[in-house]
Amino acid sequence: MYNKRTIIPGLIIFVVLVTSPIWYNGLQAGPMPKPELPPGGELNCVRPAAEMRDIHMSLLNEWRDDVLRNGNRVAVTVDGKEYRKGLQMACMQCHSNKEKFCDSCHEYVSVKPYCWDCHLAPAEIASKKETL
Amino acid sequence: MDKQRRKFLKIAGATALAGVSAPAVVKLTSTPSFAASGHGEAADAHKTDSHGEEKPTGVRYGMVIDMRKLYGKPELMDKAIDACHSVHNVPKFDDKKNEIKWIWKTPFENAFPEHSNYHSSTTTKENDYLVLCNHCDNPPCVRVCPTQATYRLDNGIVAMDYHRCIGCRFCMMGCPYGARSFNWFNPRDHIKKYNPDFATRTRGVVEKCNFCSERLALGKEPACVEALKDTGALVFGDLNDSHSEVRQVLDKEQTIQRKPALGTKPSIFYIV
Repeated sequence: MYNKRTIIPGLIIFVVLVTSPIWYNGLQAGPMPKPELPPGGELNCVRPAAEMRDIHMSLLNEWRDDVLRNGNRVAVTVDGKEYRKGLQMACMQCHSNKEKFCDSCHEYVSVKPYCWDCHLAPAEIASKKETL
Repeated sequence: MDKQRRKFLKIAGATALAGVSAPAVVKLTSTPSFAASGHGEAADAHKTDSHGEEKPTGVRYGMVIDMRKLYGKPELMDKAIDACHSVHNVPKFDDKKNEIKWIWKTPFENAFPEHSNYHSSTTTKENDYLVLCNHCDNPPCVRVCPTQATYRLDNGIVAMDYHRCIGCRFCMMGCPYGARSFNWFNPRDHIKKYNPDFATRTRGVVEKCNFCSERLALGKEPACVEALKDTGALVFGDLNDSHSEVRQVLDKEQTIQRKPALGTKPSIFYIV
């Protein structure tokens, strides 16, 4: 191998630099987010919690297509209470704090869903309720 | 050499003849069922040919606007507009260029340009007409949408999926009624009060009347109809149900539609 003395240290420096965020954080991924449970004390979601963690985004898409395209607006019943399909209608009724619930995980995994460009978080609704 | 040329010309001639006569041969030899599956079905699938009578199939929501009950009462129309716009979080822009409108008022010559307004009556001249999306049976906006963000539902409502709208504004070009508005700015800055049951739109999407699909699902009437309930100026219902209130009115009264010659088959009827 030619130029062994420069290539090998160079490769080592490169690998260390690229992986530096991992070393910087001490091989830890940071504290795991703890999304807030519904302040109203509801215990059951429309699906089991584990399933919701995995597929809440596809469920929201399914609901969207049901409501907007398939004309299926049948309400979802959980513990005897009916929820209309929708982010504002169902999810946010219990998980009323977007910052402590949605954002806590989304920020941790650095995903930026555009739900809130149109859908209103409870705090935003409250900000423009009384004025007229 | 000569012999080869002669042979070449013969083959070329025969090939050309075969090519020219091939379509006729295919047409003659093909079975009738094959021909039917090719053309007949396509004609059926396109059930609403742009001209001619609509075939009443399934539910088709529509509305009759009785202008006789609204003449000289613009405040009633404003009431319907306010009801709609507050239920659907429609932003209010003062500049006409940026205006977002689901239901609005417009002079006769704009609403009905195909109808003569030469020496029209003072009532016609002095009054605005209440207009909204016509929920056409043959909607041009749906045909031009490249992402299928707008579509015709089985109940006749021309609906929108804002998640899919890319803001290309083809539908605004396609709609002959100007029923679609584009969000040039973030609409949230121009909404005074939110309806918690409905989302807003975002900058860069087109929006329009949805015939209150979300209210119909709850068994309510559209917001504009409800707002003018006591006047009876707006009658909503299934155009294909011969017993519906809207059909009773249509059977009894002479009604007109906006720009009927375009063949869009509007579901909004006017008594003027």
